[in-house]
Amino acid sequence: QFSTGGSNRPAIWLDTGIHAREWITQATGVWTANKIAKEYGQDPSVTAILDSMDIFLEIVTNPDGFAFTHSSNRLWRKTRSINAGSRCVGVDPNRNWDAGFGGAGSSSNPCSEVYHGPHAHSEREVRAIVDFIRAHGNVKSVISIHSYSQMLLFPYGYRRAPAPDHQEMNELAKKAVSDLAAVFGTKYSYGSIANTIYMAGGTTIDWAYDSGVKYSFTLELRDSGRYGFLLPSSQIVPTATETWPALLDIMVHVLEHPY
Amino acid sequence: DIDDVGHKYYLELELEDVLDKDRTVSCTAEVLYHLGSKTSAPDVQLTVQGELRSTEEADKEFYNRIRSLEKELVAENIPDSHGNVPPELEPIHLLAWVASGYVIWQNSTENTKFHLAQVKHVKQVKRNDEDLQFDFVLLLHEMVSQEVLPWEVTLLWHPQRGARVPQS
Repeated sequence: QFSTGGSNRPAIWLDTGIHAREWITQATGVWTANKIAKEYGQDPSVTAILDSMDIFLEIVTNPDGFAFTHSSNRLWRKTRSINAGSRCVGVDPNRNWDAGFGGAGSSSNPCSEVYHGPHAHSEREVRAIVDFIRAHGNVKSVISIHSYSQMLLFPYGYRRAPAPDHQEMNELAKKAVSDLAAVFGTKYSYGSIANTIYMAGGTTIDWAYDSGVKYSFTLELRDSGRYGFLLPSSQIVPTATETWPALLDIMVHVLEHPY
Repeated sequence: DIDDVGHKYYLELELEDVLDKDRTVSCTAEVLYHLGSKTSAPDVQLTVQGELRSTEEADKEFYNRIRSLEKELVAENIPDSHGNVPPELEPIHLLAWVASGYVIWQNSTENTKFHLAQVKHVKQVKRNDEDLQFDFVLLLHEMVSQEVLPWEVTLLWHPQRGARVPQS
């Protein structure tokens, strides 16, 4: 939690590492944590944000999965829950949220990489965030960070119809992506999950949005397929560095558009 | 849409040389996905408009290096968990890309998006003719299903004749 005080200030939630194999995200989380702390009192935007809002950052959102990518299978995606009656382990934590749960783009097969789980919020990693955000009651933005594909996405994934705030989110995404590209030329596409990547029921940001968190975005970091999940560690700092202005654009917008 | 045949796509592509970022070459392609058929690879016609840079020197050097190995080359996990590829294995990595291109072509539909995730294993097989042979186990990541699928594929390569996947 990054906070300069107050009591239950409006907050921004960031998470990285919900999918275990997306190692660039946990690393970017660490870099970003340092950046936020460093820039308070230095950068006017960060200072303005933290003077009236809190930032919450969960870096290893799927710890069991992450441990497994180190010990056994570098390309593991899901949680490590035991599935009753199946030899296959794990639930896709980004299909386990209660928004379009069980819909297109998720699977009822425990062996699938997009297995949605026995019921919404069955995964403790997901439940913990749901409980936190509900109890907090004043979260104004959820930014969930993934890799790879180089995209900035907003709801919905569980339906093709545009979200009520589509226009505003689209404009903000356009700006964020442009500011990201200005750093090293890295090109991102943007749009709703359903129209930009694929239909996906039960995603983090669809739940957040339907729970009243208007500014809900997902980032898909580098690269676009050459290294994929196995992004060289030499790209950690450049990736985090270019992503920062995009994150800041969103956070500044949240600050300047209270609701 | 072509009635009773399938869907044809006309593409204008720009190829970027990964090893020489400033170099791009334009291509056009026609891709025909056959109607209903899940077992048939799409038909592809490609025209390259321009020249690909010559890699004759590097090709020859690699070829001679592999041919003169006492023991057949064996390697695994390319790149490794941290995205590293030892320099001497970089050409093997590039050949694996070629092999993955074949596998991806053979298994693509309008609803798949494959990338090579990792070379799980590669074994050189010495041959009596002049080709180099590499038996790969490739891990392919499919974006829509998010599955990582292992695939065995053999690639033959020769500096002048190029790469091909033998039909078994």
